Amino acid sequence: MTETSTTGTTSTVTPVLESRGLVKTYGRVVALDGADFALYPGEVLAVIGDNGAGKSTLIKALSGAEIPDSGDILLDGEPVSFKRPIEARAIGIETVYQTLAVAPALDIATNLFLGRETRKPGPLGSIFRMLDGAGMRKSAKDQMMTLGIGTLQNMGQAVETLSGGQRQAVSVARAATFGSKVIILDEPTAALGVREAAQVLKLIQNLRERGMPVILISHNMPQVFEVADRIHVQRLGKRAAVVMPVNVSITDVVAIMTGALVVPPEDQHLGPVR
Amino acid sequence: MTDATATSAGYDAAEEFLDRQSPIQRVQAVLHAYPWLSPAIVLVIALVIFSSISENFAQPSNLGTITQQTAVIATLALGQTLIILTAGIDLSCGAVMVFSSMVMAKTAFDQGVPGLPALVLGIVVGGLAGLVNGLLVTRINLPPFIVTLGTLGIFTSLTLLYATGRTVRNRELVDELKWLGKPVAFGGFTITTGVLAMIALYAVFAYVLRYTAWGTHVYAVGDDPDAARLAGIQVSRVLLSVYTVAGVIFGIAGWILIGRVNAASPNSGVDANLDSITAVVIGGTSLFGGRGRVLGTLIGALIVGVVDNGLSVAGLDEAYKRLAIGTLIIVAVTADQWIRRARA
Repeated sequence: MTETSTTGTTSTVTPVLESRGLVKTYGRVVALDGADFALYPGEVLAVIGDNGAGKSTLIKALSGAEIPDSGDILLDGEPVSFKRPIEARAIGIETVYQTLAVAPALDIATNLFLGRETRKPGPLGSIFRMLDGAGMRKSAKDQMMTLGIGTLQNMGQAVETLSGGQRQAVSVARAATFGSKVIILDEPTAALGVREAAQVLKLIQNLRERGMPVILISHNMPQVFEVADRIHVQRLGKRAAVVMPVNVSITDVVAIMTGALVVPPEDQHLGPVR
Repeated sequence: MTDATATSAGYDAAEEFLDRQSPIQRVQAVLHAYPWLSPAIVLVIALVIFSSISENFAQPSNLGTITQQTAVIATLALGQTLIILTAGIDLSCGAVMVFSSMVMAKTAFDQGVPGLPALVLGIVVGGLAGLVNGLLVTRINLPPFIVTLGTLGIFTSLTLLYATGRTVRNRELVDELKWLGKPVAFGGFTITTGVLAMIALYAVFAYVLRYTAWGTHVYAVGDDPDAARLAGIQVSRVLLSVYTVAGVIFGIAGWILIGRVNAASPNSGVDANLDSITAVVIGGTSLFGGRGRVLGTLIGALIVGVVDNGLSVAGLDEAYKRLAIGTLIIVAVTADQWIRRARA
């Protein structure tokens, strides 16, 4: 930690998603104790922390799954608040959950547009409520191509016939289709094998190349070091440090997580990387 | 680097091996893609067998009779399919149907309500009964089996209390209630308007399930309620609408029932709930939800009708019917389990 540079701590770039002093308690348990958080445009920010560090509560607050007791959430510098995940989604924050949240018997295109189906134009759509199946399959395919998931050819294929990695790719593609601001990936590789996890990591890199800011929650340090631009370390309900994987070792990060190493704020990369 | 290449080559070889399908796997995949195909095969086999056993079976008049005998159960089975697609079940459907038919017949005969309003009232009562089931399932979170086992008893007793044990006979029925009993001739086949009404309902719901967002959501809720919820679908609302719509269909089944038996009796349709579930299951719809087609259910109902009619035309004992249908149920569910494993 000695050779860390301090450039970029005073940045003028507005974070895409930011939280200030979030507090959330469950009875006597303090899950968030004034948690700060900042995600900058175009970066992959990993969020790590030990069990009980408040990592998942932080993400739930940012994705609308939990309502914080106090504190502010800002999207593009504007204060926002949401009571349900659907409200966060409506303003462009999409979440991919670790449990493969796709309906197995439905096909890829149907899963991609589930809950947001588009209808055919004209009276067929407005009077007979007919869905635009062909249109949705086409946009699904386009989306798959853009994300570099060209191996999935048939959008009418049932999701249960896909591998775990491909299913997670469908989830990520869904988030990328509708998430206009931020994509949150909650342990996206936890249920996957090595090879499938590699596919998902590649997908995350594709998202970054397209300029989409990504929050990655993960326990897997090598994966975090592989794809993250910055790492937010959560400890005891607060942000313990933000570090850049190029400057620190896995051992240092684990030390920060467990409290063995305390990083003074001036040594933290609170600003954007690029 | 060489290690990684070797490993990935190994993976590719393994995947290629997995992609190679045996003929049996190919059959499994086809049946998986077309859930109505296996019941259709069973129906054809049953038709062939009974035609060869008895000359009278394949007569147009007898085939017309089968469709008439099937119309009531097929209509109930349509509503039952919607519910089973959401991984639910409705044991009260027959009771709701009879309750609706008694409301139609008695309000018209006893209270002198004109035919059409009485008819609409009966169907609305069916919808309300479905709404009650739906509320108990979604608000109190009881399993559908338990809810409808309870309401089966409740609706049955309400019907008996309301009817005071009395049948409304043919000459006491208003004309509107007898509309669906009118014969319609197609060449040598004679069906009824009730059969046409049943087919129209199937056409409507085949469309709705296949081509509308609501239909997609019905499948999604039955397939994986958590995934549906995460996708932003309001699961409780979908379930509530399914039970209510099914109740309306059961009410219409009550109308078809009056046309079929030419009376409204509180004691009819005792086994109708189990028969409707039989039709759905034989028709290839999964009891675990999310899989199945109404076309399969229609074929399933026809299989039950054909086996029933074929055995009696052949002069065989009623006991054989139960044996045959019972065996079919076991075979159908076993086949469903096997087909569900296709390439999963």
